[in-house]
Amino acid sequence: MIGPNSRRTPAHIARPRPAERGARTSAMIASLDAEGRDTIAAPFGHALVDLAKTRDDIVGLTADLSKYTDLHVFAQAYPDRFYQMGMAEALLMSAAAGMAREGFTPFATTYAVFASRRAYDFIVMAIAEENLPVKIVCALPGLTTGYGPSHQATEDLAIMRGMPNMTVLDPCDAVETDQATRAIADHPGPVYMRLLRGKVPDVLGEYGYRFELGRAKEIRGGSDVLFISSGFMTMRCLDAAAALEKDGISCAVLHSPTIKPLDEATICAEAAKGGRLVVTAENHSITGGLGEAVAGALARNQVHVPFRQVALPDEFLDAGALPSLHEQYGLSVASITARVKDWLND
Amino acid sequence: MEHAAVSNVSLARRAWSIRRNALRMGEVQGQGYIGQALGAADVLAVSYFHALRYRPGEPDWEGRDRFLLSIGHYAIALYAALIEAGILPEDEIETYGMDDSRLPMSGMAAYTPGMEITGGSLGHGLGIAVGMALGLKRKKSDAFVYNMLSDGELGEGSTWEAVMGAAAWKLDNLIAIVDFNNQQADGPTMDALATGPGTEAAKWQAFGWHAEEVDGNDISAVVAAFDRARNLADPRPRAIICNTRMCKGVPFLEEREITHFVRVEPEEWAKALAHLDQEMPA
Repeated sequence: MIGPNSRRTPAHIARPRPAERGARTSAMIASLDAEGRDTIAAPFGHALVDLAKTRDDIVGLTADLSKYTDLHVFAQAYPDRFYQMGMAEALLMSAAAGMAREGFTPFATTYAVFASRRAYDFIVMAIAEENLPVKIVCALPGLTTGYGPSHQATEDLAIMRGMPNMTVLDPCDAVETDQATRAIADHPGPVYMRLLRGKVPDVLGEYGYRFELGRAKEIRGGSDVLFISSGFMTMRCLDAAAALEKDGISCAVLHSPTIKPLDEATICAEAAKGGRLVVTAENHSITGGLGEAVAGALARNQVHVPFRQVALPDEFLDAGALPSLHEQYGLSVASITARVKDWLND
Repeated sequence: MEHAAVSNVSLARRAWSIRRNALRMGEVQGQGYIGQALGAADVLAVSYFHALRYRPGEPDWEGRDRFLLSIGHYAIALYAALIEAGILPEDEIETYGMDDSRLPMSGMAAYTPGMEITGGSLGHGLGIAVGMALGLKRKKSDAFVYNMLSDGELGEGSTWEAVMGAAAWKLDNLIAIVDFNNQQADGPTMDALATGPGTEAAKWQAFGWHAEEVDGNDISAVVAAFDRARNLADPRPRAIICNTRMCKGVPFLEEREITHFVRVEPEEWAKALAHLDQEMPA
């Protein structure tokens, strides 16, 4: 039964006909709209193949989702280092832990919903409690599919943040996915990394950005608004900043791909400069993700500044086409731009 | 010593010592999963003094057979075996379950030499064992991975994910030991899972494993089952379903209404130890 606070449309109420909204498909693996930018194919898979050339310890495991996590690129290059564990996420995580115990560096892939929800206890006890170097790399983070709540991992960051020892990453684009894959292979503990797969936009290259584990970095400066963002929302914030600039609003973008451990020092120092509206932006529920992590850091460090969150509502989201859903739930550039103007006028 | 079986001490005497060590730990805390420890002592004696390859002074020796205890609450039983095997010092019995002890009530890898994994959340051990068995094959090691699990743990779906995965990967270096005492927290396992003596092995066989059932308190039968499991030529994982009796070896506890957590009155620890001392095997 749909509760009174849900915005989901009850089944007996007529929805607008698709033609009225502008017909769009709701493919499960929707590529993020590249917005005219260049894309790079399967950056995670290719980075892993490159790493494996010099790292015999790297193995890949999946639970029947190699093609949809770009791990098939690795499987084709190194068939004897690829482990198909079947549609069995508990086994995927436990077996990855076992291989890590034997000295290997396993990259285990599935969808973000299946890792964070179904396999949680196995990640906690078999991997995180023993601080084993298992890298959990998950496609379909947040709202990146139109398939509805079964595939939309809108709370994965909150779930993973709650786990001691776990490093949690939300990379922005192809460049960062490549660099982060290499960085986490060198990290001695467990990592949960959100994955953008398929054709992934190439955005941060033009800013000369370099990923560093645990570091937030300013992508552009600005005097009226400070966006603090992760994942593909950094792309959206950059576009929103460009749009707002035309209206005389100057926006900085601080990209924070490491959700945990959060770069509190940089975030607090940037916010404490003062005079700017702080807006966090994330492809995640408003509960327990980047925004609340930043809010907690600011509050604990006595940084008192105007603060707003762009995030998904604390609801089970609708099915549909991704661009429509991003508009509906406030992740689109137009929605961010409009709300920032409203907030500045409050 | 890489193989503890090279000894004149009988397996019956080893099992007796394991029971005695466990009772002494139980006495320290006045409680503990003593029913399971007494029941599994014979299987642990065969494991550590007949089957497993290890170096007592070097618990992380790369060539060792891995023994994974998924059932964290059986830690008292495994500590008792590790003490008898010389991996843990006997004087740590007095620290069982205390602050700063290396012998916590539920077994954890970070605390105890010889404790390979953190158990306790049931249904994890066999999956980890699958990964370790795959890892050992990658390293071209001839070591075995043993996973001791309980009958209650067969209710966890993840155990069956691992059963299927092990068969798919033909893990002939993996041996599952199921301690079947038919007792879980709320009552008999057979009532909860529609399984038990006579049917459980067939289930594992249907999943592609070599599986057999033995009387887990008959040391010769357990030795023979371990030997068959280790020496089988078939490229399949192996399971030994060990039917054991809770509290085995201490008749007045065996006769008590069997429960998952056996109540022992303060004066009964000494009585149980005195009984064992009268029955010391050669």
